[in-house]
Amino acid sequence: MGYTAEYENSFPIEGGNFDEAGVVSLRVKSILKELGFPGDIQRRAAIATYESELNIISYARSGHVRLRVGPHQIRIDAEDQGPGIEDIELAMKDGYSTASDRIREMGFGAGMGLSNIKRCSDTFEITSERDKGAHLKMLIDTQ
Amino acid sequence: MILASLVEQLNLTVRCCGERLDQNVTGGYVGDLLSDVIAHSDRGNVWITRQSHHNIVAVAELKEHAGIIVVLGRNPEDETVRRAEEVGIPILTTELSGFEVAGKLYEFLHR
Amino acid sequence: MKLSRLVEILEGTVITGENHLDTEVNTAFSADLMSDVLAFAKPKSLILTGLTNPQVVRTASILDSAAIVIVRGKIPPAETVKLAKELNIPIVSTKYILFETSGRLYVNGMVGCVQKIGDS
Repeated sequence: MGYTAEYENSFPIEGGNFDEAGVVSLRVKSILKELGFPGDIQRRAAIATYESELNIISYARSGHVRLRVGPHQIRIDAEDQGPGIEDIELAMKDGYSTASDRIREMGFGAGMGLSNIKRCSDTFEITSERDKGAHLKMLIDTQ
Repeated sequence: MILASLVEQLNLTVRCCGERLDQNVTGGYVGDLLSDVIAHSDRGNVWITRQSHHNIVAVAELKEHAGIIVVLGRNPEDETVRRAEEVGIPILTTELSGFEVAGKLYEFLHR
Repeated sequence: MKLSRLVEILEGTVITGENHLDTEVNTAFSADLMSDVLAFAKPKSLILTGLTNPQVVRTASILDSAAIVIVRGKIPPAETVKLAKELNIPIVSTKYILFETSGRLYVNGMVGCVQKIGDS
């Protein structure tokens, strides 16, 4: 990556635990606030983290979000252990969702998650391996 | 208020069933949770939503909605439009938000 | 308008946030889908929703929303209220449905938050 992280931490996420949805994103937001980042950067990072968190909870067995803050960039990695994303291009489409009815009735599963992440990140990369899991990498430039 | 008038006032895009815009609008219902829409919306309502998958047609048909307005630039799936055509439920789209569409419709109905 | 005025217009109940009633609220976003709120609701906006789970409160906190208005006469569960108190997010409950709630606020000058204040 080429920069020294000023902050680094990893937060585990339990698959299926909707009660905890958003806990990690709020921590990320509050950490970034403490580090002195402006509201806009805090929100973008928190939204990207939240959508990643929701994806792990909705579809994976387990996962984690790792936050790394360097002098020029914030990097968020969301990795999970689960089925992976079958068709990444399709998954990126607004409105496309594989959510169950139960998930939809909670207000999730609208199919905007990956698109929200993309909108909030300066760089967004997805890799996935079938029956292993997915890895979302989000970069926010802070210069 | 006639649906066609609402379409004109809000500049809605008519995706299908243009011949069914002569219905009277009894009110509006804003919601994205299907079970809630089924439980609480009324006949003749215009359903204002961001949902675009084909299930919405069955719901609108069941509740005898005047039409469905899909908001914030969401594009209904082809299957949704096809089913709507089959049962004669107009699907209308707009870039406006649900709040704005609801607000304006409410205003028209309460003049 | 002030939050206190909103409570009047909606014949609402303040569930939490009694000390925030002087807060100015000028924009609103109506939705039952969390991702839509995350995608479109701007900071300092109201969230009008039928959702009552704690995630709505976390969403509101992430977005720096002004307050949450829960519609259809729903009363949020204790865990939602507790979280809202912790995160300092006012919650108002109203008996009106989302359509009526949006309508009443709209005719009283509230604008949708995807629209800039001052636009006709």
